[in-house]
This record gives sequence, C-alpha cells and structure tokens, in this order.
Amino acid sequence: MTWAILLALVLIPLVFAAMIPSRPSGHAKGVALAGMILPLFALVFLAGLFDWSRPHHMQHEATLEWLPTLGLSLSVGVDGVSMLLIILTGLLGPICVLGSFTAIRENEKTFYSWLLILQSAMFGVFMARDLVLFYLCFEFTLVPMYVLISLFGSSNRKAAATKFFLYTFTGSIVALAGLVYVVVHTFQTTGLWTMDIGTLGEAARAMSLREQALVMGAMLLGFGVKVPLFPFHTWLPLAHTEAPTAGSVVLAGVLLKLGTYGLYRFVLPFTPAAIVEYASLLGVICIVGILYGGLICWVQTDVKKLVAYSSVAHLGFCVLGMLAINATGLQGSVLYMINHGLSTGALFLLIGMVYERYHTRSMRELGGLASRMPVWATFMVFFAMASVGLPGLNGFVSEFLCLLGTFQSSDGWGRPDVAGTPGLLGPWYALFAGFGMVVAAIYLLFMVGKVVWGPLVLPGGAHKHASSHGHGGGHGHGDGDAGGHKHDDDHLPTDLTFREISVLAPLAVLCIALGLFPQPVMAILEAPVNQTVRLVIDHREAPSHGPTRTTPSAPAHAAAPVVLAPHSTPEGEQ
Amino acid sequence: MNQMLPYMLPECAMFVGTCLTMVVGLSRDANTRNQTWMIVFATLLVAGLLASNTPPADSVFPYLIPFSKGLIAIVGIMLMLLGVGTVDRAEEAAVAQGRPYDALRMNRAEFWALFLFSLTGAMLVPASPNLIWLFLALELTSLPTYVMVVMSTRGTRSQEAGVKYFFLGALGAAMFLYGFALIYGGTGSTNLNQIAATFAAQSAAGGINDIAAAGVLLAIVGVAFKIAAVPMHFYTADVYQGASSPISAFLAFVPKTAGFITLLLLVGTLGWSHVGGHSAPGGEGGAGSSLPEFARITLWVLAAITMTVGNTLALIQSSVKRILAYSSVAHSGYMLVGLVVGPGSEFTSSGVAAVLFYLLCYGVMNLGVFAVLACLEHAPKDADADPAEADHIDDIRGLCRTRPLLGWCMVICSLSLLGLPFTLGFWGKLPLFTAGISAGEIVLVIILGLNSAVAAFYYLRLAAVPLLESRDDSAPALRDNPFWARRLAAMLSAGGVLSLVFLANGPMESSLEAGTYVQAAPARGSAPTPAAPAEHHNDHAAAGSSTH
Repeated sequence: MTWAILLALVLIPLVFAAMIPSRPSGHAKGVALAGMILPLFALVFLAGLFDWSRPHHMQHEATLEWLPTLGLSLSVGVDGVSMLLIILTGLLGPICVLGSFTAIRENEKTFYSWLLILQSAMFGVFMARDLVLFYLCFEFTLVPMYVLISLFGSSNRKAAATKFFLYTFTGSIVALAGLVYVVVHTFQTTGLWTMDIGTLGEAARAMSLREQALVMGAMLLGFGVKVPLFPFHTWLPLAHTEAPTAGSVVLAGVLLKLGTYGLYRFVLPFTPAAIVEYASLLGVICIVGILYGGLICWVQTDVKKLVAYSSVAHLGFCVLGMLAINATGLQGSVLYMINHGLSTGALFLLIGMVYERYHTRSMRELGGLASRMPVWATFMVFFAMASVGLPGLNGFVSEFLCLLGTFQSSDGWGRPDVAGTPGLLGPWYALFAGFGMVVAAIYLLFMVGKVVWGPLVLPGGAHKHASSHGHGGGHGHGDGDAGGHKHDDDHLPTDLTFREISVLAPLAVLCIALGLFPQPVMAILEAPVNQTVRLVIDHREAPSHGPTRTTPSAPAHAAAPVVLAPHSTPEGEQ
Repeated sequence: MNQMLPYMLPECAMFVGTCLTMVVGLSRDANTRNQTWMIVFATLLVAGLLASNTPPADSVFPYLIPFSKGLIAIVGIMLMLLGVGTVDRAEEAAVAQGRPYDALRMNRAEFWALFLFSLTGAMLVPASPNLIWLFLALELTSLPTYVMVVMSTRGTRSQEAGVKYFFLGALGAAMFLYGFALIYGGTGSTNLNQIAATFAAQSAAGGINDIAAAGVLLAIVGVAFKIAAVPMHFYTADVYQGASSPISAFLAFVPKTAGFITLLLLVGTLGWSHVGGHSAPGGEGGAGSSLPEFARITLWVLAAITMTVGNTLALIQSSVKRILAYSSVAHSGYMLVGLVVGPGSEFTSSGVAAVLFYLLCYGVMNLGVFAVLACLEHAPKDADADPAEADHIDDIRGLCRTRPLLGWCMVICSLSLLGLPFTLGFWGKLPLFTAGISAGEIVLVIILGLNSAVAAFYYLRLAAVPLLESRDDSAPALRDNPFWARRLAAMLSAGGVLSLVFLANGPMESSLEAGTYVQAAPARGSAPTPAAPAEHHNDHAAAGSSTH
C-alpha cells in the first residue's frame, strides 16, 4: 500500500491547485504553501518506508491498467536516484512559493495554481515506471512552465516562453519516436507489447549498434535539449532570464534535471553500446558546453543571464561525469543534479530578491551591495562559493567526483592487466573540463566582486540619493522610490526579511551538509550507480548478429569480475 | 440488392428522418419548426444504434461499417448541435415582429435535409460493394455541402466560397471518376472484391496492370479533394473562411471521413502484402508487408507534402478559421501515414486502426474550436445585415477571462489538436507513431514528429491568446450567439477531449476491430485458398474471404 504515498505526492498539489481558483486571491499563496508543504509530510513517510539498504531496487511499486490496448498502465515506483530527486523537488516546492510572496502581486491565483500543477507533473516524471506515463509527465511540464514564463516573466517573456516550448517540444517528440522504436523492437523480438521501462531496457540492449545509435541520437535530441547540451542550449538563457524567480528556480532546480534523469534512466541502460561507441564525441560536446558556457558567462552584464549560462556549463560537468561510465563519475553526476538544484536555485532566489528591490539585474547598475544588504551579501557569497565548488561546500564534492571519474576512466573495463577504472574518457577530458572550473571561478568571483563588494552602485537616482546619505545609511524606505520606480519597493526593507532568510536558510544548511557529509547520500547512490555501470559494461558491445537474437550473449571477457571503482564494491560500505 | 439491405438500415432511417425534416422545417407554427433539430437528433441517434448491429460485410474490411457509421452518427450529433441557428435567424426575427410567414424565404427545412443527406452519403461509403456505389455515395456526401456553404450566411463571401468549392469539387469528382473508369479498364470489374481478387492475381503474376495502377493513382488524387490533401487542398482556407463556422466544422469532418474510408477501400483492393523497399525494426525484411511500390510512394509523398504544406501555411495566418483550414490539411497528412502503414494485428501496429481512431479524435477535438467561434459574433453593422461571426485571432484574445467556459474549451481543444499529453490528441498521434515505426516507416514518422512540432507553434498561439493575453479595449465588441446548443457542442467537445483520455480503451478496441483487413484471394489462375472464417483479430497475412 505504500504506493498510495506516491499517489498522494502527485494528487496533493493537484487538489490544492484546484482549490485556488474558487478562493479569494489573497488566500492563494497560503493555499499554495499548504499544497507544497503537505507533500513534504508524505515524503517523510515515503523516505521512512523506503528500504535504504537496497536503493537499487524499485520500491513502492504499483501498476494500474489504463489503456491496455495501447499497452499503457499507470505504473509507479522509486529507486534511490529517483527518491533523491523527488526529495529535491519536494524541498524546492515550498521554497518557490515562499520566495514568490512579494514578487507576484497580480494574477496570484493563476501563478500559484500552475506552480502546483507543475509540481505534480515533476513528481510524476520521477516516479513513472511506464514509458508513456513518463513521457506524458515529462511533456506536460511544458504547459505550466509556458504559462509561468509568458504571464509572469519580464519584458521579452512571450518570445522566451514560445522558444522554450517549441525547442523542448520538438526535441521530445523526436525522443518519443526513438522510445517508440524501442517499444516496437521489443514487441517484434519478444512478442510482448509493453511500456515497462525495465523490460524495455532489456530488449533495447539487444539491438544492433546501428539501431542503438539511432535510438540514442533521438533520445539525446530530446533529453539533450532539456539538459541543455551545447548546441541546443540557446533556449535556456532566454527562458531563465525572462522567467519569474520561482520559474527560474524550478527550471534550474528540477526541470533541467528531467533531461539528465532521462539520460540516466533511458540513454545509459537502453543504448550502452552506442554510448560506448560515441562517448568520446559526447564528451567533447560536454567540454565545449562547459568552456563555451563559462566564457559566455564571463562577458555577461546581466546577473541572471550569467547564472543561466553557468547552468549550461554546470550541466556539462554533470553529463560528462555520466559519460565516464564508472561509479565515481556517475555518483558525482547524480549528486551534481541535486547540488546544482540547491545552489543555482538559491542564486536565482537571491537575484530575484535584488530585482524586487532595485528592478534591475544589470551589473553596471548594481555594486557594493554588501554595505546595503549584508545578510543578502553573505548568502550571495556563500552560494556563489557553493556554485564555484569551494571545498567544504556541496558543489565541490560533485564537481570533483565528476572530474575524478572522467580522469580515471580508461577503456580497461576492469581487466586486471589494464590499470584504472572502467570508462571511456580519460585525463585529457578531465584536463579540459578542469579549465571550466577555473573559468567558473573567474566569472562567479568577478560577478560577486562587482555586485557584492566594491563601491556602492545603485540604479539611477537611487545611487545619488543613497550616496548623499552615506553608505549603508538609509532604512530602505524611499531609496528605491527615489530611483523613479513606481511600485511596491516600499514593502521591502533594505536587507532581507525573515521570510526571505527562511527561504534561503534551508538551502544553505543543505549545501553545508552535503559538502561536509556527502557520504550518506553517496552510499545511497552507490548501489544503483554500480548497477547502471555494470549494465553498460556488460552490454558495451552490441550483439553483432541479426534480429533473431533473444538472449544477448555477453562477450567472454565481460564475464570477468569488474573492478568498478577503487573505493567501492557493489554491496560494500555504508 | 436485397443482400445489401441489412447494411442499409441506418441509411433508411436517415432517409425517413430527412423527409420528416423537410416537412416539419416548413411548418407554419414557429414552435414546431424550431424543433426540427430534434428530428435530426432522433434520426442520427436511431441511425447510430442501427449501425452498431450491422453484420460483418463481405469486403476487405468486414467490420468497417458499424464503426464508421457510428462515428459519423456521433460526431453528426455534435455537428447538429453546432448547426442549430445557422440559417433563418433574420427571417425568424422578422416573423416574430409580425411579418407574415413565407415558406419560400425559409431555409431551415432545406438546411437540415441537406445536412442529413450529406451524412447519409458518408454512411453509404463504407458499405460500397462496387465503384459506382462508391462514386454515388461520395457525391451524395459532397453535393449537399456545396449548397450548405452558400446558404450558411447571407453574405457574398459564402457564395464565392460555395462556387469555388463546387468547381474544385467537380474537378476532383471528374478525376476520381476517370480513375474508376481506368480501374475498370484494367481489371474488368467494378466490384471491389473482384478488383481486389484481380489485383492479387495480377501481382502474383508479375505486377498490377498499368492502366489499373494509373486508375488507382488518379482516384487517390481525386479523393484528395475530399480529405483536403495536397494537391487538391487549395480551396480549404477560402471555403472554411467563407462558410459559417458550423459548416466549416462540418466540412472538416464529414467529407474527410468519407474520403478516408474511400481511400481505405480503394487502397484495400491493392492490399498491403506486397514486397516493399523498407525494413521493419524487427528486421522482418519488409517482405510482403507493404503496398505496391507505386501506391506506397504516392501516398508517402502525399502524406509528407500534405502535412508540411498545411502546417507551413497555417503558421502565417491571422484568421482562426484559416489556421484551422490549413491545420485540417495537415491532419489529413498525418492520417495518410496510417494508410501507408496498412492493417496490423494489434492496435499499436495497425495503421488502419490508427487512421480510424484519429478520425474520431479529430472529429471530437476539431469541432470544439469551431464551436467556440460559432458562439461569438460581432454586432451587425446595420439593422438588415447578419451579425458577423468571430474569426480573427483578436476575437478570441483573453477569452478565458471574459467568457471562461468558451475560453477553456478553446484552450483544451487547441492543446489537444497540438497533441499535448493528457489530451485526446496525443492518443490520436501515438498509434500513428507506433504503427509507422512498426512498419519501418521511420523517416515518415520523423517527418510527422517534426510537423507536429511546427504545428505546436500555431496551436500554442490558439491556446495562449485566449488563456494568457487580455482583451484589447479598442477591439470591436463581441457578443454571445443566442443558441445554447452551440455552447453545448463546445462543452461536449472539450469534455470529450478530456474524458476520452481515460476512457479511450473502448474506442481503440473498436477501431482495431473495424480495421481488420482480409486479404483477397487471387482470382483465376492461382490455386484457391480455402476460405477461412474471418476472425476479429485476423492478421493481414491470413488469407480468407471468398468473393461473390
């Protein structure tokens, strides 16, 4: 019956979203907050009932027939990886609502109900065990996000929303073609029309290399747009910049993870031979993304755009770690998904808070805010450091693991006579990706130095007004108004309110916790990640013979025991 | 003739109903004639019920009749609700103000009679035993629509639209009639079963007769007019825009359905058991699972061009009706994919079932958008003129705020036409995907997918403009159309789009059954295969069904 909790996770936000329109708009945020916090209790139960000692097994599974003619069922379940991502989604939900209390003043009902619907869809993606159910939720996230951007975004929001929708819709429809190909292939080889992800994976691995490459290409187009990987990233900065703060947080925190999760859940287990074949090409694409994204960040003057481009670079690391195909890299990659959600989400919140006060995000018009907003500045420096990868904070752990995995990976595949851990990339990839870390440090520190430290600069008239009163003087009221901004600033004090601090504090605590004690999370990830790595290793060569194969015969040397990573064994340490 | 009677019961009921509407619609008593639509409703209901009991027919698609007639009856009922009040509004108002009743000025009786005649024609198509019948049924579908377009408004634009529609329709009819003649010349028969048997024998002996092949191609191009496919799509935008919205909705469904069933019957005579030039993903090698190459290439190219042209032209329109017209072209292109694929033993691998199911989805979801347009109108410029229907995209701006019910119907139906998850449209597209890939038509499926993405651009506009934008105060004022039945039609459509997401299993199963294809045994010259009783889920590979 534990699946009922999964059902509750999806239904609670939906029910609250349905309640909002019939209530006065003043209640909207309260209802929304309740709709985001209640699932947290469900999550506590879910986590409590989850058997953490075997996180590589699907748990809380349930299946309900939906359209048997189409082979479609409502099939749900979670393993360690999806569990962590569900927890991340659940945590970011209330934070998004709390962070929007003052930012959203018009159409509150619309905003909060769509935010809740989005939350449901994201929960749905991570728990789906049925291919079509996954795709339904994956694709459906577009609608709420489209509404959020195009109604509540800034000046260029319509174009951004349309671009976001069309880009991802196009990509995912091609991915659908690839996934359907796998389903049809499964049907034609096993006679079983199924949408069950596990069963499909088994049949997919038996495809020939050419088929696997085609399917991988289609899926990469879909998930790669969402991640976003290098040539397909152009929608992201626009969408991020135009989206409202909560939209950006969800986008960076969870929606981009749908892409990497898709890569982890589908591309790796479905097309291992093609991954092995093209890993170096994909690795280069990731590195180009890392460096290109980083260099673009360097020249940004819009703070939000800078953080948006930094996502391109960061997710390049995440995918690179995945492509290393060893336990270290993959662990780092999944950890990266969570860490990026925490730190980048927080950065977007911080930028939103400044924007609410000064109505600008331009680095030319902002500077030296440490003297006006010390609390804000503290958080800003903290999360920028987390994002850069300062040792002791969360970003470091995952970034280091990704790089380490990349560095160590060699095509020894665990053979005793070849040193190193399995994988396809190597020191050169790690070296070039490492430059990305340097660039990241440059642009983030540059931004922090400009906006937080240095002489106080405030937009327009506010500057003069403020400087005539001396630094750090005023009590906030009127400073923004003097700048000619017509509305709402007077509700906000100069520095952060208690609400805003309570939005950021949990994220900061998690950043420290994951930075200092990543071991529990890594222990959870170990078994599922090892399972995936072994899967890829065992099937790194596509069966060469024709379509009649039913049991993929593993090559002889693959049967040899594989050393997955120096520090970990499949069932090993806690 | 007698043996056809069991299949003709719905049409008989339709004919009785048609006669009744002609009498009642002309009644002197305003209350009586205002109830004509109830007769239409009852007629369609009875026809639909009778259709569901039709016995299996002796044709290549033995179970096609009940599904298609039922589909026409169900969507016909929704179209009927939408059609209420299309004609005679000004006359009725004048009569209510005291002008003496003049039967000659009233159009209601003719309108409903033509409406039912057209539906009767569409119902006759799936039961066609021979080419003559098929031609007559198709023309019975189309001829009333020409008149309906002209009489749908009193303006000159609908007259122009009607004339344009008629001439191009005549061209199309001439083409497929010529094609039929060539088929007769190449096979020596007009009976579809005998043609199928002859084709089977011919292809076993080396290839289909060139004259007959040319005939099939001409007929396909001619029928492309009915389904609004390239190269006969030119009329759609002008005609849909010129006619009033209920009639446009009618044109988007009824002739299209009749056309697709005609194509199924025609292409069905060729059969999908020829050796094709592609291979299925399972690597069956494509042996014996494709249309004859000339027909496959024709349909393949038609499908690809039709959807691309339709979607591209729809991108640049600012009139909602023109968008829908070009999108109707595109949807025909999608469905042609199913025709290329052909029948299969599973719903997911049967292109025929996918086409039939898509027709249902398209009928339900497309109607809603037209219904919303039909519910809105601009006040007439002078007292004598008719109120102009909403058409420009500005007319639906901010509809969710000003008229939430209509606005949400518009949003839901547009998103469904887009093919978004959790709407009926996605269930319509998915079988086309699975069937296309099952048959190895990967390229065509990719083209279909990219086209859906192009279509997303303008459908997203149709959904976003009412949902997200707010109405411009300077825009000309809109008022509600007084006929509640139209609002009901819009709600039924949107409700169908959402509820069928969960209840689609039944319709899917019946469309699979309706798509059951029985390969004709070759006539004369080759060894006769023992006639196996046609079973429900017969694979197309199974030989069976003798010819009479």
